[in-house]
Amino acid sequence: MFKLIPETHIDFMGKRRIFYILSISVTLIGVVSYILHGGFKYGIDFSGGRLIEIRTSTPLPVDHVRAAAADAGFAAAEIQRSGQGDIFLIRIPVASDQKGGALSPSAVLRQDLAARNPGLTVELLREENIGAKVGKEIRNQAFWAILLAWGLLLIYVAIRFEFWFGVGAVVATIHDILMTLTLLSLLGREITMPVIAALLTLAGYSINDTIIVFDRIREELVKLRREPLINVMNISINRTLSRTMITVLTVLFTSSMLLVFGGPVIRDFAIAITFGMAVGTYSSVFVASALALDIRRGREMKTPA
Amino acid sequence: MGSNFRWKLLSLIVLVGLSIYALYPTIRYYSMSEPQRKAMDPKALGDLRADALKLGLDLQGGMHLVLELDRSALRDEEVPEAMARAIEIMRNRVDRFGVAEPSIQRQGTDRMLIELPGLLDKDRAINLVGQTALLEFKLVKNDQDGHRALERLDRVLAAKQTAGAPADTELIGLTHPLTELMPYWPDLPYGGSFVPEADIPKAKALLTSVNADSILPIDAQVLWGKTSEIYQGTSGRILYVLDRRPQLTGRGLASAVRRVGGDATRPNAASVSITLNAEGTRVFRRVTAQNIGRLLAIVLDDQVASAPRIKERIPTAQASITGSFTDEEAKDLATVLQAGALPAPVTIIQEMTVGASLGSDSVRRGTNAALIGAAIVVLFMLVYYRGSGLVAVVALFFNMLFLFAALAGMRGTLTLPGIAGLALVVGMAVDANVLIFERIREEMAAGKKLRGAIDAGFNRAFRAIFDSNVTTMISAGVLWWIASGPIQGFATTLFIGVLANLYTAVMISRMIFDVYVSRPGVEKLSI
Repeated sequence: MFKLIPETHIDFMGKRRIFYILSISVTLIGVVSYILHGGFKYGIDFSGGRLIEIRTSTPLPVDHVRAAAADAGFAAAEIQRSGQGDIFLIRIPVASDQKGGALSPSAVLRQDLAARNPGLTVELLREENIGAKVGKEIRNQAFWAILLAWGLLLIYVAIRFEFWFGVGAVVATIHDILMTLTLLSLLGREITMPVIAALLTLAGYSINDTIIVFDRIREELVKLRREPLINVMNISINRTLSRTMITVLTVLFTSSMLLVFGGPVIRDFAIAITFGMAVGTYSSVFVASALALDIRRGREMKTPA
Repeated sequence: MGSNFRWKLLSLIVLVGLSIYALYPTIRYYSMSEPQRKAMDPKALGDLRADALKLGLDLQGGMHLVLELDRSALRDEEVPEAMARAIEIMRNRVDRFGVAEPSIQRQGTDRMLIELPGLLDKDRAINLVGQTALLEFKLVKNDQDGHRALERLDRVLAAKQTAGAPADTELIGLTHPLTELMPYWPDLPYGGSFVPEADIPKAKALLTSVNADSILPIDAQVLWGKTSEIYQGTSGRILYVLDRRPQLTGRGLASAVRRVGGDATRPNAASVSITLNAEGTRVFRRVTAQNIGRLLAIVLDDQVASAPRIKERIPTAQASITGSFTDEEAKDLATVLQAGALPAPVTIIQEMTVGASLGSDSVRRGTNAALIGAAIVVLFMLVYYRGSGLVAVVALFFNMLFLFAALAGMRGTLTLPGIAGLALVVGMAVDANVLIFERIREEMAAGKKLRGAIDAGFNRAFRAIFDSNVTTMISAGVLWWIASGPIQGFATTLFIGVLANLYTAVMISRMIFDVYVSRPGVEKLSI
């Protein structure tokens, strides 16, 4: 039998204050980063705007593309060069509602580039345009969706376990999402719809590890009636540690491959999900169980038997 | 292995049968070579293609457009009917555009989602769906009325510029904000006032600044020419003063076709020739008879396409719209005119275009990433759990089979986030087996016999597996509800994959274990 993690007897619950401090510090870093960056950097699907990605037949200096963009009337465009210097991502912060009959910005840009560089062909890889109104709608929807998911998860875990376990589990997923947002903010990545998809998946999945631990605590509580709650929790966490690790490991195998090989279109998604999954495992042990313990203890002290 | 096992086996056989049935068109379609497809009856091929699992727009390339109907001129109760009509008209336009499988869906009360798969000319597509195609025939005001209208605009603009001075002060007569942009004023070339290209934005701004049509007499309006004209060597556009009331609209139209050589001054240019229906012909005959010598403007979406002079009573039901059209533009204009005008203008509020090369690049990268990830998971399970790991891999195979079959059966599409979802499902699917196997190990370490340990492993792990899968399905469901397009594909994949996992990881692996331990003398398990 091959075992990744030997039998452990770690006093997780006794050290929970250290982890509270750690989690709160990271959250504070996130808040500071959020303030310093002036809020989240939203992708155009949330802020409204236009995104054009083109590939040129030969590499071009980024200045050429910038000048062409300015000529086409997009002086405020943000331009990223990638590939072998032949792929350009042009982000125009202002949405432009396009009526029929007018030439699209990408067409203007491509014509302009081709005119400046004889012999050059410019291929449109993708173009997205989202009106400011729609962007705001999508942003609101994403916000409500996350709240709704939290609410439903809280109800489900509360029904299956008990209310305070549900609170612990949901606070843990809130924690995971905050940590992931902190990382995205520090890396300067954008919040886009795929990132929201990753955050929602995370909320549903990272609660799994918590469920594994809680399920075990429930079982051990029956078996070890004489033991104090804190010991029961420690035993449960130690006994489920290897499966908690292995289940998240298998998901990390696939999500990290998406990150490495999946290409730029799903990179933000892969970053969010890979990092969030790892944090989720940490939080199910150090946040969810610890909170459930502290909340229950507090209540027990208030209502002496 | 009692009757319980037989029922389980039967359920598996039925599900696998259904899956193969659902996947058959997909396998057949994608395994056919191009000549084989060509040799097939087009209708049968179309049916086969409709039943096969399709690639999303982000993978095969194409356009995704969301259009919003302008409700400002409609009463609330008119919106549903206007929307239904707009969708029908849009379908007619798009069907003639020549992409393989266009799709139009209504979204909410006043929006529609148009999907145009495959390689296409983006600007042409936007032009086709974006225009209202409101065709009107309006009489141009005679020179005297035209002059008077523009002078009136001049006076109001001058009053505005001299900061609220009363409109009849002498000073105002001296400035001509609008007509000074017209170098040939008071000449009216082509029946309207000529504004050089450079001054057009300024003139447009002036007109909107005072809401020109509200100042003019109730039966008059100003409209711009659709295309540039050259007058005495300068390029510019004509500003027309016309009757507000149309003599005839697109309703009087019987058909519209593209034609080459309809314009005497531009013999090689494409034009659109329109034929009027009986009602239209009658009106046209009357109008031309009563207005000989005047200009009759053909107005398309509030722009004057042309304004020919009525030389005589025209009894025929033919007219043509000329301009500097390319062949394709003329063809598209004929298409939109034939389909009829939209009941209200539409705005493109969301657009996503993916080029074919990025699409195929995404397919390649996404598939590679998913396959490598899956291979690592399989390898890990085999190394870590040996024989039992193989059971998990078999269960995983069925998980994927059912997932693909469900996607194909629901006529779903596979998107790039969907492929990412597949990869994640692989990583999540084995979780259930991990929980079971870890529990069996634990029970065996606690001294249980093999069969007892397997029973306990499955029974005790089930609750956690069920809860875990349900929570993932909750978030996938919420995501499905808010997302659209490719991300919705991800939510679908995740939801079905995790649902199927409850059956495959628990039921199928249990069956394999049952078969294994039912043999006499088996006391050990490779786990």
